[in-house]
Amino acid sequence: MSEEIKKLKISKSLLLDCKETIKDFPLAYETYGNLNENKDNAILVFHALTGDQYVSGTNPITKKHGWWVSAVGPGKAIDTNKYFVICANVIGGCMGSWGPKEINKKTNEPYGLTFPVITIKDMVKAQETLLDHLGIKKLLCATGGSMGGMQLLQFCATFPNRAFSALPIACSTSHSAQNIALNELARQAIMADPVWDKGRYIKKNIQPKNGLAVARMVGHISYLSEKGMQEKFGRKLQEKADYEFSFDADFQVESYLRHQGFAFVERFDANSILYITRAMDYFDLSRQFKGGLVEAFKNQKTKFLIISFSSDWLYTTKENKDTVIALNSAGADVSFAEIKTDKGHDSFLVNEPEFLKTLKGFIDSMHIKFKNEKK
Amino acid sequence: MKKEFRVIADLLPKNIRVLDVGCGDGSLMSHLIKEKNIEARGLEIIEENVKKCIYKGLSVIEGNAETELHQFPTKSFDFVILSQTLQAFYNPEKVLKDLLRIGKSVIISIPNFGYWKVRTSLLFFGKMPVTKTLPNSWYDTPNLHMCTIKDFFDFCIKKKISINKVVGVNEESTSEIKKSNLEIKNLFAKVGIFLLK
Repeated sequence: MSEEIKKLKISKSLLLDCKETIKDFPLAYETYGNLNENKDNAILVFHALTGDQYVSGTNPITKKHGWWVSAVGPGKAIDTNKYFVICANVIGGCMGSWGPKEINKKTNEPYGLTFPVITIKDMVKAQETLLDHLGIKKLLCATGGSMGGMQLLQFCATFPNRAFSALPIACSTSHSAQNIALNELARQAIMADPVWDKGRYIKKNIQPKNGLAVARMVGHISYLSEKGMQEKFGRKLQEKADYEFSFDADFQVESYLRHQGFAFVERFDANSILYITRAMDYFDLSRQFKGGLVEAFKNQKTKFLIISFSSDWLYTTKENKDTVIALNSAGADVSFAEIKTDKGHDSFLVNEPEFLKTLKGFIDSMHIKFKNEKK
Repeated sequence: MKKEFRVIADLLPKNIRVLDVGCGDGSLMSHLIKEKNIEARGLEIIEENVKKCIYKGLSVIEGNAETELHQFPTKSFDFVILSQTLQAFYNPEKVLKDLLRIGKSVIISIPNFGYWKVRTSLLFFGKMPVTKTLPNSWYDTPNLHMCTIKDFFDFCIKKKISINKVVGVNEESTSEIKKSNLEIKNLFAKVGIFLLK
């Protein structure tokens, strides 16, 4: 199965934020559509916490739809008949890129917790190498939601003007206390599972399923809005007429969470959740740059559009607007739109027509501008 | 394009940076970019308009000028434009102060409450005026602080805001307004356009 995964072996050495230097590591990626002759149609997508490189079509590993099939594909908002879409699995992930479940060549065993603690910046630096490999000097657009948006902001700060336009969705320039707390809850759930065994489960070829499922449930609650959840589930019972006076899933919302939790353990590595959530928590662009966010975004020629969702309580409109203010203060070209929806943080992953129209409108208009600039 | 926009465009030099506050669907910005190679940004409160701007590839921020002008750095634009919305703010003086902070120059247009049709409506019919530039009824108007061209003239003098130029606009003509012809223009101009520093 693994031969289906496209991998780039990165030979150039990469200094991680934790001061460890790595090289000769794999970066798994996928592309959709074709790069045109002028190379003016490349779009880089950064995935979120539990995403992977399979943006569209069918994921060859899980046999399910790609995670952003609502937005990316032939005839979709990001039309792969027109654009060349690239997405790489983050390092620290578990879909073929260098991560804690990969084999450490020095010990011939999976890394587990001997894997170095990586950061959003490390992830982004690894992915920039992929652009060189694909021969893309300047992207038409780079985009991503949630952690994908955070990677994108990092990408713009670290590699200024590598993208003609940037579309960060539902994200922030640093993780809030509430977001760190929710990630900690997910990590504690995993680490409290006796199977986890300080990350050594991976050598025994088993998973701390119960802990990982709870971690996923925490995530799922935070991705929905209070109103959206109420409308979807209310107090409806799961295929029964009355309470069972037990601790089985009486309510639909319980059944939904259990299903989501246990479906997730089939495709995700528990240690990867620890590493990736840590990278998110450490993310703080203003801390990285001495002059704060204005310094992070100075000399940007990239055209930004930031999108937030009105019912998102994980990355609120206010947090997204703070990024807009920072970009404005740095003199960057920035647009901002809030999509009014009850679908919460998840809005960018589901069929939300107003969002998809805005996405398409921005990218298509940027393509026209980029082509003119290249002439 | 609206006649008012043409007058505003004529007041602007080429190759400058402009912030259009309340930019609507972006038609003024598009015109300025095309005709004058102006780097234009917009601030707009209506979601539909924001999207229209985005589809056109214009830079626009969805937000409320009353509360969100603070995000723009001091003197970060050559010109700031505010078209016929000053009267709709709770605190127009504060908004104006912010506009003068952000822009090296400011262009403000106001629907003239001193226009003769407005005056006759009140005088002869005893009713709040409803005209093309003031299309709403008293109960659903967004306009909280209506004023005349003369009022705004006096206001600028009182607040020590220097007026560089004033243009009166109605269907038939546009003309420069000076102290000497203020009384008559205040009667016949539908809209007053002020260039402030």
